[in-house]
Amino acid sequence: MALLAEPRTALLDPMEPVPFRVRGIRDELEDTFTLELEPPNGRFEFAPGQYTMLYSFGIGEVPISVSGDASRPSRLVQTIRGVGAVTRALRNVRPGDVVGVRGPFGTPWPVDGATGRDIVFVAGGIGLAPLRPAIYRVLERRDHYGQVVVLYGARSPRELLFAEELQDWGGRFDVTVLVTVDNADRAWYGSVGVVTKLVPRAPYEPQNASAFVCGPEIMMRFAGQELESRGVAPEQIFVSMERNMKCGVGFCGHCQFATKLVCRDGPVFPFSEVARLLTVREV
Amino acid sequence: MTASGVIDRAGLDELIAALRNGGYTTIGPTIREGAIVYNEISGTSDLPVGWTDQQAPGGYRLEHLGDGRMFGYVVGPQSWKRFLYPQRNVIWSGVVTADGWETVTPPEPPTYAFIGVRGCELAAIAVQDRVFLAAGDRAADPSYAARREGAFIVAVNCADPGANCFCTSMGTGPVAGPGHDLVLTETVTDDGVVLLAESGSARGDALLASLAAMRPAEIADRERAAETMAAAQATVPHSMDTTDIHDLLLGNLEHPHWEAVAARCLGCANCTMVCPTCFCGTVTDELELDGGGARRVRSWDSCFTLEFSYIHGGSIRQAGSARYRQWLTHKLASWFDQFGTSGCVGCGRCITWCPVGIDLTAEVAAIRASDLRPAVPVAADGTEVNL
Amino acid sequence: MRTVPIADLLTAHPFFGGMSTPAIQVLASCASEVEFAAGSRIFKEGDPADACFLLTAGNVALEIVVPGRGPHVVETLHSGEILGWSWLFPPYRWTFDAQALTATSAIRFDAEALRAAKAADKELGYELMTRFAQVLVDRLQATRLQLLDIYGTAR
Repeated sequence: MALLAEPRTALLDPMEPVPFRVRGIRDELEDTFTLELEPPNGRFEFAPGQYTMLYSFGIGEVPISVSGDASRPSRLVQTIRGVGAVTRALRNVRPGDVVGVRGPFGTPWPVDGATGRDIVFVAGGIGLAPLRPAIYRVLERRDHYGQVVVLYGARSPRELLFAEELQDWGGRFDVTVLVTVDNADRAWYGSVGVVTKLVPRAPYEPQNASAFVCGPEIMMRFAGQELESRGVAPEQIFVSMERNMKCGVGFCGHCQFATKLVCRDGPVFPFSEVARLLTVREV
Repeated sequence: MTASGVIDRAGLDELIAALRNGGYTTIGPTIREGAIVYNEISGTSDLPVGWTDQQAPGGYRLEHLGDGRMFGYVVGPQSWKRFLYPQRNVIWSGVVTADGWETVTPPEPPTYAFIGVRGCELAAIAVQDRVFLAAGDRAADPSYAARREGAFIVAVNCADPGANCFCTSMGTGPVAGPGHDLVLTETVTDDGVVLLAESGSARGDALLASLAAMRPAEIADRERAAETMAAAQATVPHSMDTTDIHDLLLGNLEHPHWEAVAARCLGCANCTMVCPTCFCGTVTDELELDGGGARRVRSWDSCFTLEFSYIHGGSIRQAGSARYRQWLTHKLASWFDQFGTSGCVGCGRCITWCPVGIDLTAEVAAIRASDLRPAVPVAADGTEVNL
Repeated sequence: MRTVPIADLLTAHPFFGGMSTPAIQVLASCASEVEFAAGSRIFKEGDPADACFLLTAGNVALEIVVPGRGPHVVETLHSGEILGWSWLFPPYRWTFDAQALTATSAIRFDAEALRAAKAADKELGYELMTRFAQVLVDRLQATRLQLLDIYGTAR
């Protein structure tokens, strides 16, 4: 073999943002909006629960869960809360502009593995967005499941995400939708109280149920405990963890969560794997 | 039978020249600002010939022995990570086009030859390979892979382990393990300093075959090298008990000793910067002043900073104890879960370069001495009871 | 109209699960079935707490009027839940307004009769207090979560 340095092989770059064209922007809540993006090759395949890294040119990148319908791959739909420099820059795009996309990354909600079971979705705040693709998937194959329940909690009626869709789902005879808020005035005729209070009220058989929980960590922790105390097996409760995901592929180390790298091993984990860690401070 | 032979200092000069003629950028130990650091070298005159280092927890100084040895010291503050995974590196850039922007193809990095890689450092490179190279269905980090793929590695067996070295505990030294193209063992004879050179790859074979100044290795050469390394093996001064270390640390996440370490830890991140396996990085975005182009720049980051664990609303790990715990449990325990290996190679850098001399082996021992995990029930006959 | 005796309803309800038949009979003797139209007030803050309710259908809002902001709903209660514990402790006055959000039916326990019954029978009193304590703990926990603003820092 020659001593000369050898030529390198070209590699697919997981760190390279791919330009997607903005086709639609929709304001959902005061600080939350949905982007509809057109993939350059016309298709974006993902599994419910996965996320992408969205890149605003020269500004930065953020991890955002896909909130659209996996059976409609011609558009990538992402619902974003404008809380930082990148997300606010993303809010200011116009149709025709280009944003960068890497992904999809991460583990999916295992709804396809829960056929034959009762399905309980528990969402808090903007946590409904990462669950929506799983809800679409279950409703698309409604006859594969037993009871289907969507439990949703938000701060106030003004902060209910996808309110029209919640009403549509609630109007179906084969889906139970229960919504609750922390704060309301007289104009609200629904429930007031935390989302965990909905867990005992919904119609499902705990021993035969799979639950998919998404929201802030504290909300998932208590919802998981409530589901478990009702008799849902912790292996059948799934939560979507949030850590500082910067690369999506396990290179940067920011999303360390004890033995896990959330970006690569998650974000979706069985509650049985994380419940103990959720009670250890600052892991 | 791998190729081998004996060279002297002139032979090493010939070897370095051959690598440079072959297109490699040759990197080796040099002295800069009172420490051994890795830099580009063009011959043995750039090496710290006749120098050694004295290390202690929180202490490092060079000492001139004048013994003519070219590798009579151990590792300094830097590691080869600096070249395979640069401290600051553009990982992506793009330019504005008529209808958006497009990626600019990055320039090729240099092809490196590393001269003087120690056993612990070979192991460290193998650890970072598991992080950055393709594994299963996961793609490689192209920046790392491009630098790593063609690198030529000349290893050196450590004849004089440093005071903070615990490579024998981690199974990484002082004799260099696999992963090199050539390995050198330096010994002193009546005729001066000689190097037993043994090949570890086809490229190593080719390089040795090209050297005019090499003579065949005699039995006496091999025996002298073996004796030197047996003595070195026996004198590695430091150690760490790694028994059950994964479960020990992860089972003691709420041990009060983390607070005791945090009371001394300055949170300066030195340990992560000098660690040859620490791989965490952050990306900052830069926009050209005229808005016509943008870069994504990756630089080393540390789990000791508050920003490291920031999510909207605040940082996950605010307490110093949580950050030290994160570093140590990751390095020695959860690294196994994530990459199938320990993240520690026993090089001792984090002990030497800690400004307050925190010694991770002592912290592990302290937790081991007061393990808070529930005791495993033992039956009357002494066997463990499985509940 | 319902024809099931109240004692049977109580026996079947999880809240009273495990209570003796004589105890249930005592409780049933304090109870009556009541209905509230949607929008009607069930009790008012500051009034004597003369009853407690086991909701059997409908939704009830617990409200407090914040000056300048109007009525503020602090919690809603639903079929199967207990409404009212102010009857347990002096000065026996309601601390919130309760409003029927929908047509609501309930089993109403007369507070004075309940207080007399638990004073006369310490074991009955213990059983009742244990059950109400559980309700209080659950509500307290839910209120704490509400205070935590658990949807505050979502992704």
